[in-house]
Amino acid sequence: MSINPQELRYSKEHEWLSSAEDGISTVGITSHAADALGDVVFVQLPEVGDTVSAGESCGELESTKSVSDLYSPVDGEVTEVNEDVVTDPSLVNSAPFEGGWLFRVRVTGEPEDLLSADEYTAFSGN
Amino acid sequence: MTTAPAAPRRTALDAVHRALGATMTDFAGWDMPLRYGSERDEHNAVRGTAGLFDLSHMGEITVTGPQAGEALDFALVGHLSALAVGRARYTMICTADGGILDDLIVYRLGEAEFMIVANASNAQVVLDAVTDRAKDFDAEVRDDRDGYALIAVQGPQSPAILKSLTDADLDGLKYYAGLPGTVAGVPALIARTGYTGEDGFELFVSPADAEALWQALTEAGQPYGLVPCGLSCRDTLRLEAGMPLYGHELTTALTPFDAGLGRVVKFDKPGDFIGRQALEQAAVQAEATPPRKLVGLVAEGRRVPRAGYPVTVEGGRVIGEVTSGAPSPTLGKPIAIAYVDAPHAAPGTPGVSVDIRGSHEPYQVVALPFYKRQR
Repeated sequence: MSINPQELRYSKEHEWLSSAEDGISTVGITSHAADALGDVVFVQLPEVGDTVSAGESCGELESTKSVSDLYSPVDGEVTEVNEDVVTDPSLVNSAPFEGGWLFRVRVTGEPEDLLSADEYTAFSGN
Repeated sequence: MTTAPAAPRRTALDAVHRALGATMTDFAGWDMPLRYGSERDEHNAVRGTAGLFDLSHMGEITVTGPQAGEALDFALVGHLSALAVGRARYTMICTADGGILDDLIVYRLGEAEFMIVANASNAQVVLDAVTDRAKDFDAEVRDDRDGYALIAVQGPQSPAILKSLTDADLDGLKYYAGLPGTVAGVPALIARTGYTGEDGFELFVSPADAEALWQALTEAGQPYGLVPCGLSCRDTLRLEAGMPLYGHELTTALTPFDAGLGRVVKFDKPGDFIGRQALEQAAVQAEATPPRKLVGLVAEGRRVPRAGYPVTVEGGRVIGEVTSGAPSPTLGKPIAIAYVDAPHAAPGTPGVSVDIRGSHEPYQVVALPFYKRQR
């Protein structure tokens, strides 16, 4: 059984995207990505009101061993960021699909290559 | 023409790591455990209780014969022939022009037997250099990389854990000493050494015995809070303890004097040694014009400095470079080791920043180490 929730969609940069409610979707990184990073110690998120573009860097995730860009899976405008994860970056590791969400975005455009849960599981290997 | 990269080597404990669900990483051609779970938890276990490491990638070289000590005096910068049997020494091997080829621990196992432990990444270079340098001595150099697995138990509970598995006189075993013994029925060279800043032991055993010893240590350590630990926390542990890592703080472009470790060069030993002339000049030069100094940096913010990031002062002028950096679990802040120009090396020097991908983050200059255990 997959650890990747069926109701989400996924980018090949290992972000997840929730279905839009009132045009707004939530974005986070997958459990696979969090495991690959190791303990996340610092999260830099976009700011509310920022315009983000699919596949472009909009923040950073630092772990013990490395720093990685955070990519937006869609085009849109940031409506909310998760201040809890800024205060406690370990939420990305402990609850990547829940309390470790990163930001919410009013979606204006979607790339065609977002993956379903099953496709992402096959792509990432778990 | 292209050549396929060689398949990574696996240690005798490979199946154990996989069964534990370790995240593996390629390290100097070896497939090694990076971490088993949270690297921060592993780090804190070594500081607070104990951790168990597979270090079988380290390169063992045995030197035997009537002139083994003299051969090492010639090949290395230390005075190894003066080392007492059963003791160990931190030393270096340098090129003829004084550059550091590797940093080493040498154990004297007998009157005419020494074991060199080299970094995995340099093991072949060290083996070749020592073999070449020993050729005019009555000494034999043997590649023992396949002869040993190396398991380390590190942390304040490590003596109690090991005592439950051996009759060896651990209380009489000083820091940087080693004695042959039996641990959990397995013949082992028991050394009181490590790379974590904690009390601890390194056990050199036959690869055939590695798995049995690992399991025995795991069981004996369980009531003491022993956890398996990967190379990721080994790096943050040594960084907090201010210990250099080859390829970061030490390179062939630097002499031991450049690295602030001139004390390992023993000019007063008898006979010549490789690098003597260049190192004598380096010592004089270091005295006259102080080179860049290795310092500690502690973050005021939360962004983590990485190797290669520039150290700057006001106006963005570069005064040094980070060689190692990581979030410190013990301090709860990012820390770094950096080479900086001597005028900016004093603890408390104001206005020092690290250029973290274009953003100049304020850092405090401190003396190394960041962490020293209470004895």
